[in-house]
Amino acid sequence: MNGVHDMGGMQDMGPIAAEKDGPVFHADWERRVFALFNAVDVEWPYRRTQIELIPPAEYLRMSYYEKWLAALPRILIKTGMATAAEVESGNAIGGTNTKWHVLTVAEVATWDAPEPPTAAKTTAPTRLHVGQRVRARNLNPMGHTRLPRYVRGKMGTITRDGGSENLQDTDIRGLGPKQQHVYTVRFAARELWGDQASPRDFVCADLWEGYLESP
Amino acid sequence: MTTTRRDILSAGLAAASAAVTPSVVHAEEHDHAHDHDHQDVPSDPALRVKALESLMAAKGLVDRAALDALIDNYEHRTGPRNGARVVARAWVDAEYKKRLLKDANAAIAELGYGGTNLTVVENSANVHNLVVCTLCSCYPWAVLGLPPVWYKSAAYRSRSVIDPRGVLREFGVKLEDDVEVRVWDSTADLRYLVLPERPAGTSDMSEAQLAGLVTRDAMVGVAKVLLPQGAKA
Repeated sequence: MNGVHDMGGMQDMGPIAAEKDGPVFHADWERRVFALFNAVDVEWPYRRTQIELIPPAEYLRMSYYEKWLAALPRILIKTGMATAAEVESGNAIGGTNTKWHVLTVAEVATWDAPEPPTAAKTTAPTRLHVGQRVRARNLNPMGHTRLPRYVRGKMGTITRDGGSENLQDTDIRGLGPKQQHVYTVRFAARELWGDQASPRDFVCADLWEGYLESP
Repeated sequence: MTTTRRDILSAGLAAASAAVTPSVVHAEEHDHAHDHDHQDVPSDPALRVKALESLMAAKGLVDRAALDALIDNYEHRTGPRNGARVVARAWVDAEYKKRLLKDANAAIAELGYGGTNLTVVENSANVHNLVVCTLCSCYPWAVLGLPPVWYKSAAYRSRSVIDPRGVLREFGVKLEDDVEVRVWDSTADLRYLVLPERPAGTSDMSEAQLAGLVTRDAMVGVAKVLLPQGAKA
């Protein structure tokens, strides 16, 4: 969806208010919503999708954790973890819901631990290769996508084959199989922004094969 | 997507949604800049989070001890010190640096870090790397902890790709015209960490002392690693 979350290249968003050594959380409720949002048994693309559905003016106004707070009840209701009536009242009217995985202390303890070496990634067939010139397709899906607007229609060079990953788009029609290679594509800044950009600069984005075409 | 945007409002979750004016496009940055601004809409989000947590606990969807552990982990354990250790090791051990640039996941695992798919990009006299996530807030939690507010702000996300040199100037980094800027937009599951240049005059420093110089901002690419004022060069 061409939503306001897709911010790359927008202008007039004001100065970057960098806090020197700012704390991780600025209020206790931010801690709790951070934990709840991480603990809830859904995948990140689903979380992101729900954040992107926040109305644009709201999205821009809200602080980061306010967005999480707005998306969390939506997740509970849409997945069936809780009903709208329960979310509104705050009471577990229908009793417990045991269908979902409950994050444990033990799992948190290994959250950032190195994973045992995994078998080589599944190798989906690919028609592209490192060094190849590619164009990011001009796609404008209504659903969730990880193809930013500012690269669409632009030419770049594949600099890395990241192996195959699950496509995160909610509507994958026309994008090929769910499992496909992710490539790092290097775009010249001038290809993206014209002559105002430095001729020396590049922007790299990680793009699924279905987002790319070889001209 | 079957849910309409109205659902958010009908669920009573956008209490502060009234009176949205065009000027709000600048509001996010100002909100982010000052702690007290979060308190200006005081108990409302606090109460809503409390109600949601109670509900999720009552539904059996969360274990509160795990929530506490998550917060403790990212507030006190997993943070930029992890990344600083990685950087300092790479500065003192050329073989480690080679492994880090070739396979960052395996190299950070040597120091006990994981849970992320990481790529490390190296700064030099000729190349400066900058990391952003224009679509949301992707960030290498395992080595940097949670992102600072500015990293998630509209201003940083929007400008980093179109005006990286302007963004860097705002952070006090002035690059010569002949330096190549590489911006890494974290659009998929790969996460990026910048390996900053080791500052001159640090040849006598221990690995631990070097790690103490490395800042979060330098590993995102919005700062250089500097010797503290008055340090013996």
